[in-house]
Order: sequence, then structure tokens, then C-alpha cells
Amino acid sequence: MKSIAIIGAGIAGIEAASRLSKQGHKVYLIEKNPEIGGHVAQWDRLFPSQEEAEIVLNDLIKNLNNRAEVLFNSEVQHCGKKDRQFEIILTGNKNLLVDVILVTTGFDTFRAQRKEEYGYGIYENVITSTDLEQMFKKHNVVCKNGNPPKRLAFVHCVGSRDEKVGNRHCSKVCCATAVKQACEIKELYPDCEVFNLYMDLRMFDRHFEDMYHEAQSKYYVNFIRGRLSEAGENKDHQVVLKTEDTLAGKPLKLTVDLLVLMTGMEACDTQKTLNTKLGLRSDTDGFLSTKDVFTQNNFSNTDGVFFAGTCTGPKTIPETLADARAAASLVNAYLMS
Amino acid sequence: MINFGYKRNESATLDLDVDNSELYKKLLKEEPSAATCISCGTCASTCSTGQFTDFNLRKIMLLCKRGDTQSLEPIINRCMLCGKCQFACPKGLNTRHIVLILNKHLHAGKIS
Ligand code: SF4
Ligand code: SF4
Ligand code: SF4
Repeated sequence: MKSIAIIGAGIAGIEAASRLSKQGHKVYLIEKNPEIGGHVAQWDRLFPSQEEAEIVLNDLIKNLNNRAEVLFNSEVQHCGKKDRQFEIILTGNKNLLVDVILVTTGFDTFRAQRKEEYGYGIYENVITSTDLEQMFKKHNVVCKNGNPPKRLAFVHCVGSRDEKVGNRHCSKVCCATAVKQACEIKELYPDCEVFNLYMDLRMFDRHFEDMYHEAQSKYYVNFIRGRLSEAGENKDHQVVLKTEDTLAGKPLKLTVDLLVLMTGMEACDTQKTLNTKLGLRSDTDGFLSTKDVFTQNNFSNTDGVFFAGTCTGPKTIPETLADARAAASLVNAYLMS
Repeated sequence: MINFGYKRNESATLDLDVDNSELYKKLLKEEPSAATCISCGTCASTCSTGQFTDFNLRKIMLLCKRGDTQSLEPIINRCMLCGKCQFACPKGLNTRHIVLILNKHLHAGKIS
């Protein structure tokens, strides 16, 4: 029986694990946290269908059907080639010997504190998109003082498309997330005024343009093209925003009760430590460098090491799952040859 | 008063903290398609009036939305209602109706 270590039990890891274990391989699913599900486990509902994240995640876990051995609270301390196999030492000195390593370490969410001028962690009514999902989950979307927001703004591209914080790349999912969240706010509080401050609206995928259309025609969400230069706080703890309305060619001032920062995706720290251990390379954006962008996107430059999911760059959930299935079938073919 | 040789300029900032949305709300009520403009500028690029004056329907609708209605008043009646923009608009906005509604409210029905 061939064995595989999958590093990271987010949705890519779970999906690849269920495919590969179904094919009869021994799968170790290594997770540094006490639970599986990664970022999706923190989410309330998903674009574009508003399906509950929990339902999607439970379906994936059900598919896994306890076939893989999930190793919780485990981080890779050491790993290296041992003859034709890989030796992995995990926290707690657990030792694994496997034929293939599949990296599914995913992404880290940009730490909003690094964009100090937006006031996260300084002003009490500045939150991130992840914080908002937690509020949706708890059915408690309120400002710090406990009141529902009467005015709310989303700032797109926080930590993305910003060379000042070292990220030139677009995180791909935050435009659609911002439009989804804007509609959800309006659903919850129809009288709340909602503003989306964007640089470009990247509604690229199927049904996304419909979401945008609905945000305008049904919910009257205000889209303002311009990047927020800075946020301030007034004596009522509201957030004062200054931007340029680039389509009007005029500076714009706006005060809101709650400000939501659409924090982007960054290459994950776990993956960076794996790079040196396994001889992997990152591109300039920090995400893993694949053997070929078109034809070998799940292959690393190290024989026997494969990639799936957002460790090779930002992806939506359907893209991540498709990538995981592709990787699983390639790993299977590799093990059979 | 002594003239010190300087004057105070009006602020050029769009201040969304001042509620000036009355005209836009009327527009949406009478022509809901106005909400779905994506500011692509197809209308403005096809408009003959725009080739010779600073009439720009995209910008007019945007300024109306932002509550900057003062600047619209002197220019809204430059539109010839030829309808070229309506053929071109990718979102199917009823642009001529929009111009007529804005003109009606800004000039109380007077065509000058
Ligand atoms: S998806 Fe949108 S918000 Fe996210 S980084 Fe790209 S342009 Fe910015
Ligand atoms: S209808 Fe008015 S705005 Fe449209 S193209 Fe003709 S003149 Fe320009
Ligand atoms: S062509 Fe239509 S969508 Fe484009 S700016 Fe003009 S009205 Fe808006």
C-alpha cells in the first residue's frame, strides 16, 4: 500500500484526502489546528449561491468518511528524502514514512494591523471581512456600542494590490465577498446605507455579474471607485473616510458607523518553512512556484511533491476543490506508475 | 471691506455626510434602471453633444447619485434626446427617460 502525507486540512486537503483514500492509498492528513476545515470553517455563507459554508464543509467531511488518518495539532518539524520515500517528523516526535507529499497549506489572511492608516485595532468600529463573517454566524452584526450600523463601508483590496505592504497580487475572492457581504447587510438591515470602495471590481466568475447587478438593482449598494487613503475616528467613534471618487474626479468624504476591511490572501507561513525543507520555490508573490503554469500546475520541482489549492495562489472554493481533485488524480497516477 | 487679494474657494469635495439624495431618489422611483449604471462611459463616448460640449451623461448620473445636483442644472438641457446612448448602453438603461426626468425636476418642466 502506498502512502501520502497531505499537509493542511483545509478544503483542498480534505477533498484530496477523500479522493486518494477512496483509491485505496494510506492517507495522513496533517493539520496544525485542533480542527479541520481551514478558512471555510470560519465563514457563514458563500458566494455566489449564499449556501452555508457549514453545509459545504460537512459534505466534504462526510465524503472523507473517516478513511484518512487525521493528525490534529501537528506541525512538520522535519522532512526530507529517505531513499525513494519521504521521512516526516511531526510535533510530538511522530514519525511518518510516505511515498508522496501533497502540499495543501493554503493561505494566510493579511493582518489588517499592517495597514495602520485604516485603523484596525486602533478604532473600535473597524473590522475585517473575517470578523464580519463571525458576526453573521452569531447573528449579531453590530457596532462596538451594540447598535446596528446605519451606514457601513467596505474597503476592497486591503493588503492586496499594494506594494507598500509587499503584495502586488490580487487576492481574487474579496471583490465577490464584498458584494456578497454588502447584500447580506442590506438583507439584514434594509435601511442601512452601504458603500463599497473599490479600485476595480473583479467579478470574473460565473454568476458574479448577477450578484453585482442585484447589489445595484435590489439593494442600492453604492459603489465608489477609489482607494481609501486613510480612516479617522470622530468623537462618536464613527469612522471618517477620505477617498477620491475617481469617476467623478473629486475628493470624497464619508462617515460610517462600521468599516469592513476586505483583507486579502498571502502566502502562508507554514508553506514558507516547508520550502527550505523540501527544496520548493516561491514566486515573487510568495506563493509556490509550479513546474508549469499551464500543464503542470500541481507539480513541484521536487519529484514526489505535489500541490493543491491556494498554496499556488488565490482561488475560489470551486477552483480549490477542482484543483484538489486534479492533484489527487495526478498523485494516483504517479503512485501507480 | 478691504480687498486683501485672496478669496475663499467653495470646497470641491463630495460630502456624503450631507444628505442630498432627493433628486436621485426621485430618479430611481421613476426610472429604476438608473441604479444599474456601471459607469462604463459608452453613452458619453457615443453622444454627439459630448463631442462639442462638456455634457457627459455618465458623469451626470454619477453626480446625481452623489448628491452634487447643482452642477447638473445648467447642462442637463443640452441633451438632444437623439437616443444614440440608449442604443449603445450595455446595461440597457433608459437613458433618454433619465435625462427627461432630471430635466423635469431640475427645471420644473421648462424646456429652455
Ligand atoms: S478581488 Fe477585488 S478586492 Fe480582492 S484584491 Fe482583487 S481587486 Fe482587490
Ligand atoms: S440622447 Fe442625449 S445623451 Fe444620449 S446620445 Fe443623444 S444627446 Fe447624447
Ligand atoms: S452606457 Fe449605460 S452603463 Fe455605461 S455609463 Fe452610460 S448609462 Fe451607464
